[in-house]
Amino acid sequence: MVHLTAEEKSLVSGLWGKVNVDEVGGEALGRLLIVYPWTQRFFDSFGDLSTPDAVMSNAKVKAHGKKVLNSFSDGLKNLDNLKGTFAKLSELHCDKLHVDPENFKLLGNVLVCVLARHFGREFTPLAQAAYQKVVAGVANALAHKYH
Amino acid sequence: MVLSPADKTNIKSTWDKIGGHAGDYGGEALDRTFQSFPTTKTYFPHFDLSPGSAQVKAHGKKVADALTTAVAHLDDLPGALSALSDLHAYKLRVDPVNFKLLSHCLLVTLACHHPTEFTPAVHASLDKFFTAVSTVLTSKYR
Repeated sequence: MVHLTAEEKSLVSGLWGKVNVDEVGGEALGRLLIVYPWTQRFFDSFGDLSTPDAVMSNAKVKAHGKKVLNSFSDGLKNLDNLKGTFAKLSELHCDKLHVDPENFKLLGNVLVCVLARHFGREFTPLAQAAYQKVVAGVANALAHKYH
Repeated sequence: MVLSPADKTNIKSTWDKIGGHAGDYGGEALDRTFQSFPTTKTYFPHFDLSPGSAQVKAHGKKVADALTTAVAHLDDLPGALSALSDLHAYKLRVDPVNFKLLSHCLLVTLACHHPTEFTPAVHASLDKFFTAVSTVLTSKYR
């Protein structure tokens, strides 16, 4: 369970309302693959990931980033029940995709960097703290069904 | 993990862009660290950690100055940071996990203030730089 104060909830939803979820998804996933290149291990079928430009313009990266962030967006609507919301995805990531949950933390932090870039000064320390709680909560929920 | 020539260029040009703001950014990064990761406050029981604290600003400047030194000696980080490495190993003994937290908040601070410069390639280089500095500062721990 993620415990956000009323002020934190307001900061989270206020900023999220201004996010272009599709674009931010592509940017976050792209940056993950560039900043932590070992994460490319899950995306052999994505084609050219050899340079930052190739990654950021890769259509499959954009599409997958969009998928991932729309799912994250669903989580934001269910902060009181992240484990329930992400139960099926957690099983999928463990049983079929075999993704080390450490990667969820990496992506969460990259997402925070992307939000910082987009919002600048508006992404105050308090806003960041609220989002850090959210990304940690989502990462934990996605890891919850691992065995 | 090695800093490539391209990484070094990215790091130096970022630091040039930052100019005289490094001290402010150091303070802001610390502030962000304390607010996002409250366990980090345990290392500063003797500080006033409220927003705008003069002690946090001063400490942020210290951290920034050390990073500026590091930027000037990218080819010999262990040499340039040797004294700080001793300090962290024998006196401060900050648990290694905390360097990642501060590094992340440094990246967030830079992303906020320099969105255009914070390209994916620069983001990667800076992350490597902060990781390299962290490795040196924890290298004598045991």
